[in-house]
Amino acid sequence: MMSSCIQISGGRVVDPANGRDEVGELCAVDGVVSESLNEQQKESASKLDATGLVVAPGLVDIHVHFREPGQTHKETIATGSRAAAAGGFTTVVGMPNTTPPADNVSTVQHIKDIIERDALVKVYPTGTITLGQEGQHLAPIGSLQRAGVVAITDDGFCVQNNEIMRRAVEYANMFDLVVMDHCQDMDMTEGAVINEGHWSLRLGLRGWPSAAEEIVVSRNVILSNLTGGRIHLQHITSGNAVDIIRRAKSRGVRVSAEVTPHHLHLTDQCLSSYNTNFKMNPPLRSESDRQMLIEGLLDGTIDCIGTDHAPHSDYEKDQEFDRAPNGVTGLETALAVCLEVLYQNGRCTLNEVIAWLTCKAAETLRLKAGRLSPGDPADITVFDPDEPWVVEADQFQSRSANSPWIGETLKGKVKCTLVDGKVVWGCLPSLNG
Amino acid sequence: MSPANSWNRKDLISIESLSRDELELIFATASAFKKTMQRSQKKLRSLQGKTVVNLFFEPSTRTRMAFDVAATRLSADVVTITSSGSSMAKGESLRDTVRNIEALKADILIIRHSAAGSPLYISRLISIPVINAGDGAHEHPTQALLDCLTLNERWESFEGKKVTILGDILFSRVARSNIWALTKMGAHVTLAGPATLVPDQFAELGVDVVHDLRRALTDADAVMLLRIQHERQTSTHFPSLGEYTSMFGLNWERASLLKPGALIMHPGPINRGVEIDSKLADSGRSVILEQVTNGIAVRMAVLFLCSGAASRLAGVKGPRGPRRSAHSG
Repeated sequence: MMSSCIQISGGRVVDPANGRDEVGELCAVDGVVSESLNEQQKESASKLDATGLVVAPGLVDIHVHFREPGQTHKETIATGSRAAAAGGFTTVVGMPNTTPPADNVSTVQHIKDIIERDALVKVYPTGTITLGQEGQHLAPIGSLQRAGVVAITDDGFCVQNNEIMRRAVEYANMFDLVVMDHCQDMDMTEGAVINEGHWSLRLGLRGWPSAAEEIVVSRNVILSNLTGGRIHLQHITSGNAVDIIRRAKSRGVRVSAEVTPHHLHLTDQCLSSYNTNFKMNPPLRSESDRQMLIEGLLDGTIDCIGTDHAPHSDYEKDQEFDRAPNGVTGLETALAVCLEVLYQNGRCTLNEVIAWLTCKAAETLRLKAGRLSPGDPADITVFDPDEPWVVEADQFQSRSANSPWIGETLKGKVKCTLVDGKVVWGCLPSLNG
Repeated sequence: MSPANSWNRKDLISIESLSRDELELIFATASAFKKTMQRSQKKLRSLQGKTVVNLFFEPSTRTRMAFDVAATRLSADVVTITSSGSSMAKGESLRDTVRNIEALKADILIIRHSAAGSPLYISRLISIPVINAGDGAHEHPTQALLDCLTLNERWESFEGKKVTILGDILFSRVARSNIWALTKMGAHVTLAGPATLVPDQFAELGVDVVHDLRRALTDADAVMLLRIQHERQTSTHFPSLGEYTSMFGLNWERASLLKPGALIMHPGPINRGVEIDSKLADSGRSVILEQVTNGIAVRMAVLFLCSGAASRLAGVKGPRGPRRSAHSG
């Protein structure tokens, strides 16, 4: 049988894992990246023109909420993975806070069945750390891994009991499984809906002190050091937490960290008119925190970017501020926002931004994704880093539109997304006669 | 141009958004209405034929009744809805609730809600005037207006006056509205109380923050006390009501630090013997009940001004107000 070949030419190929950044060709045979095509393959190849565009590994997001099963009015694996494809993401890791939560093998298997049936991109499930994400009893971590989870986390319901967290990390380490933690001291943040600081005082909203994150980040550093297990610190927001992680890493503690595009781009000042599309947990912080997050990325303290794509329906967000659920969507805006905050203003190179969104994200969970070495899956994103576009609520592929960037003009547009060599989003001009 | 025409807001959401001129206009209008309250026939026809809805999601004695009396004095029909008596108890959203109230042809909506920002939120959903009667820990504009009217009646000017706000500032909407009103009027505001309830960061709003009660009270021209809500949110913020009273309660000895003739104010409800000595609350220095009476005048002014602005925005003739002297307020 004839093999299926593609040849993308004329674009700037940026593949940070392999140190490649040049105008050139990218080829794939049968869904796998290939060094080059032979004459026969060239003959049959689908030839795509990426002139003036960037050709990068498919983006990797280790933090999304696809809400299925249980909350399919917000998002499904079908709509979430389409949003991912539209945003240039070819690999995403789903959080386990579905209804029911992924704290047992059959729920994980159910999620995998839906992925198999509906997903447009590669979706990997995670399992919970504790049963029901209640922080009381360990979930069947080994069985969850056997069922296919790529990490465990009680995301959103940070394990408060240090003994349980210690045992979870120790136990998961036996399977070389990463424990992801949403770092929040619950006692210090009861009822909190916004960063504690100038704006919480001014708006009369209950404040979430960044110390409540720093304390749990410190706890995790200590437990990783004690057990040797790997802990991934989710969506870090505090400048002081960045400092704690920096010192831990310099001592060789096995922690990694992510930051979201919204915490890199926005501050708590955005809440001045109580717009619930800026309400998320952990909350937007101060400008000095934001700057320290950027510095943390630049010096490698923060490993990667994850969107925490958290869809909610319009009627859920359209409520009193205190009542509206936490979370914002991010998959379809992440690339442009990251380019704007980090690259367009010269803080770093295009190569670095792509690394944080691809290979470095994949490395934290050791996923086989985010690079374009020969033999790797041909998961590819082609985008124009300079094309401006206006974010519009009715243009999202996600089932929800709770984005803080609605109405904003962003620069950087995804043109085409390929998974295993097949176009799943957009298109490129064909060079075939 | 008559002063009423320089008021262009149909909603009263916050004091923060008002200018000093707007504050002075409210005081002048309220003073004019206050004069009408001494007549035997107290009723004016300014809001005749209008329906005012009191939508109260939190308990209230003074504010609710004062709005009720104010609207009635202006000849409006008043409907009061509380959370337990509304379909919110059946799970109806605030959005749907207020849109239905508008569809029932209410003319003015007064709202008290435990969630900060709710009045601003609903003012974007409906076109009739929205008056904030207290939203969470955010603002309680008419309380600050009646407090400042009370001071305005006694003082030539707020410039150079020292006003100390003492107590639970963190969770107080009254404190926030008064901080804005007093600083805009030119007074010097000092916040005092336990560090846990009076974070130093409040200084960013242009006030002094002190935790030494002696310093806070010395030479103050007025002190505003706030109720300690130990039964609710502040359980971890200080040890006990007894300790609070011994450290921060206003008693006769401490009141002697105030300037002679200084006023003691409280928005109510008072916890007698906790934040204030019971007899002191009833003494000649206290203007607590006068504040309550001024609450009617201020709310008449607010209803009148916002209703007038709404009519003008809609292109209809506004309501008729009280006759005013040339130099009212």
